[in-house]
Amino acid sequence: MTDRNFAYVRTEEAPRMPPPSDTHGPVHWLKENILSTMNDFSSPAKTVKSVVMMLLTVLSVLSAYAVISGMLTFLVVNGTFSIPEGVSGADACRENGGACWPFIAAKMRLMIYGAYPGEELWRVDVVYVLLAIGIAWVVWEKAPARGLVGALMLTAYPIVAFILLTGGALEGSWGAKGVWAVIGLALFGVGIAADKGVGGEALNAFSGAFKAIGGLLVGIVLVGAIFSIEFGLEPVRTSLWGGLLVTFVVALTGIVASLPLGIVLALGRRSQLPVVRMLSVIFIEFWRGVPLITVLFMSSVMLPFFLPPDTEFDKLLRALIGVALFSSAYMAEVVRGGLQAIGKGQYEGGMSLGLSYWQQMRLIILPQALVLVIPGIVNSFIALFKDTTLVLIIGLFDLLGAVQNQALKDPEWINPTAGTTGYIVVAFMFWVFCFGMSRYSQAMERKLYRGHKR
Amino acid sequence: MADATADGAQQARSSLASMVYDPKARGLFFQIVVFGLLLIGLYLIVNNTIENLELLNKKSGFGFLSQTTGFAIFDSLGTWAVDYTPGESTYWDVFLVGAINTIWVAAFSIVLATVWGFVLGVMRLSKNVILRWFSTVYIEVLRNIPLLLQIFFWIAVLTGIAPGKRDDPMSLFDIFYFDSSGIRGPYPIGESGAGVFYASILIAFVIAWAIGKWAHKRQDATGQQFPSFWVGLGVIILLPAVVFFVMGQPIELEWPDRGRFGFRPGLGSFIEVSFVALWLSLSLYSATFIAEIVRAGILSVSHGQTEGAQALGLSAGVTLNKVIIPQAMRVIIPPLTSQYLNIIKNSSLAAAIGFPDVVATFSGTALNQVGQEIEMIFMMMMVYLFFSITTAIFMNWYNARKRLVER
Repeated sequence: MTDRNFAYVRTEEAPRMPPPSDTHGPVHWLKENILSTMNDFSSPAKTVKSVVMMLLTVLSVLSAYAVISGMLTFLVVNGTFSIPEGVSGADACRENGGACWPFIAAKMRLMIYGAYPGEELWRVDVVYVLLAIGIAWVVWEKAPARGLVGALMLTAYPIVAFILLTGGALEGSWGAKGVWAVIGLALFGVGIAADKGVGGEALNAFSGAFKAIGGLLVGIVLVGAIFSIEFGLEPVRTSLWGGLLVTFVVALTGIVASLPLGIVLALGRRSQLPVVRMLSVIFIEFWRGVPLITVLFMSSVMLPFFLPPDTEFDKLLRALIGVALFSSAYMAEVVRGGLQAIGKGQYEGGMSLGLSYWQQMRLIILPQALVLVIPGIVNSFIALFKDTTLVLIIGLFDLLGAVQNQALKDPEWINPTAGTTGYIVVAFMFWVFCFGMSRYSQAMERKLYRGHKR
Repeated sequence: MADATADGAQQARSSLASMVYDPKARGLFFQIVVFGLLLIGLYLIVNNTIENLELLNKKSGFGFLSQTTGFAIFDSLGTWAVDYTPGESTYWDVFLVGAINTIWVAAFSIVLATVWGFVLGVMRLSKNVILRWFSTVYIEVLRNIPLLLQIFFWIAVLTGIAPGKRDDPMSLFDIFYFDSSGIRGPYPIGESGAGVFYASILIAFVIAWAIGKWAHKRQDATGQQFPSFWVGLGVIILLPAVVFFVMGQPIELEWPDRGRFGFRPGLGSFIEVSFVALWLSLSLYSATFIAEIVRAGILSVSHGQTEGAQALGLSAGVTLNKVIIPQAMRVIIPPLTSQYLNIIKNSSLAAAIGFPDVVATFSGTALNQVGQEIEMIFMMMMVYLFFSITTAIFMNWYNARKRLVER
């Protein structure tokens, strides 16, 4: 066997031929991905299409080139990076005609902290760092106790941030707090007694309501009490806040306050009770129907009229109330989407177990619905985050307002390129936040809807 | 009877307890509580407001609307339409000026945003990599930057590149001129017979529409086709043209004129630079959202539809026009209308750059002079609510019409 040689049996592999030249390589890639859309001239209509595609492609390349090279020229080539001796910063920037980086460096503190007093900046830093840690913790999927941290971020964090930023120690009578605490505790006690069967069936049916209202009162008094504790922090008026700090405060308050309100409104809109449903619909559609600017005008100008004559009212707080009402209407629609996605069987299952309406919602419906709408919540947060810029119209200085109404008004820095440089930096900061969040929401969406995709 | 036994059992319980467990009674009770709380809240608000107004010695009511104003408003479509003159016009006129300007800038932005958004959306699905990348980067960059910032940016760019008021303006074929104040062009002045010409334009559109309707009907009935698009276009161009010359060219153009200190006021037509900035930024920003809507709409039509059309032997054009687009539109239209609503609401950012829309005119000088915040902000809100409610009605009608008719 072994000594016989078969001439027709190959002993080594035939040399590999290169693949046909039109199926690989840069030329093929170019053909497949660019030229194939514009090389069909077989009929007048297709010729027109090919020509349009050519024009569009050329225009795209040209405009992309113009924007990129223009930006590079402005930001780097013509940019002013340092101020020569004996020349003012504004003059140096005017000389170079490009981006005015010393202006940004000089105004960076204004853009991030506003006019917050210098020796207290650490408080803002702590708030920022806690926020970053909290969000990273909740977003990172392998972190332990994510639910607990998430709950803390929605409850404890706002309280801590409030005390750190304002200095706490709010004025307010302890007597009134005591009275309200006693009323709350009494209501809660009635609820517990009713649960045990004291007062018969009629009272028993309302035990939940008593406990909820009592608990809410106690909670409010408790938060109020924490706010009035003297921590020895220097009080900082909100008129000194500004820049990124105001942007975060407005956006985060809006989203945190709108969550509970939005959930209640969404439940109200799907309620069987006509009065409740109508009121929810009117509330939601009213706030969704008007622009945020008018809401801000309303809360800054009209709100003081609605309250007792001697009420002192902080400007930032007024804006926050407007933003919270406005965003709760949008949040309600997002949550409603989640509620509608829950099958009817879930409600019926809850009913057949004998759960009350609130028990059904709390234990069965909302846990499922809220997870479904996380991408929607993130998206409405992005919208709100961008909309916070509007507060500059009512005279608050957010990130954009700090540049537009404070930094650019500084006579020392008046030069033609300061504005554009400031806008580009602010745009970049907003873009980083919004783009990051939208990526996260898309990833969540893909994760949540995995089961529905074929 | 089972019902009778159940009734008997219920009567055995105390009547109070049975009422407590009756969902109807509970619902009624709960609604009365909610309604009562609402009434108390409203009462407190109204009471406080009256007290505050008395303390500040403020008038209330809408009487201020018939007072005459003393301040000027930028030349804009609104001031032209209501013929606004300080000292003669009333605050109601100011309101109208603002409302018309809001509609004006919103309508222009809706048109540009729709066209650009559809182009971007289709580009994002293109096989051409360059177009796809361009569209993706454009969308991801512009939609993640606040609109207000883009408005500031555009007004800085436009006033930055524009020649000053006393310098030579940029011109387009010597018809339109652009300088730091805005865009100027000829203004048509109608002489006798101009009305007939304007009417003929309207009539031409009606005729073109009727031809289209008739051709559609005939094709449904007989299968014969009629080039209704080209005929209609011909009617729209030719009829007004013929009328124009028959009536002896009743329209004369008034040209903007330059003096030593820039353009003379009041000659030619004029668009303020803030309008251009608002229009561009609103359109370029909203187009990103429309592009995403269009992309989702096109992707929602499954590939089987295209294959089915090919199997029937339909040409690519007919497949697109009669199979893909109608089904994609069903998905596109609802979010598109809410995007239009967003454009209308976002046009209120005009207040930040001084374009006289309803918010800017009414919340600025007018509010300072009249001082009746509650009424004036209420009127501003009503303008936007009007659009929202109209759109909602339209959407309900559209959804009812386009609902998939199943068995």
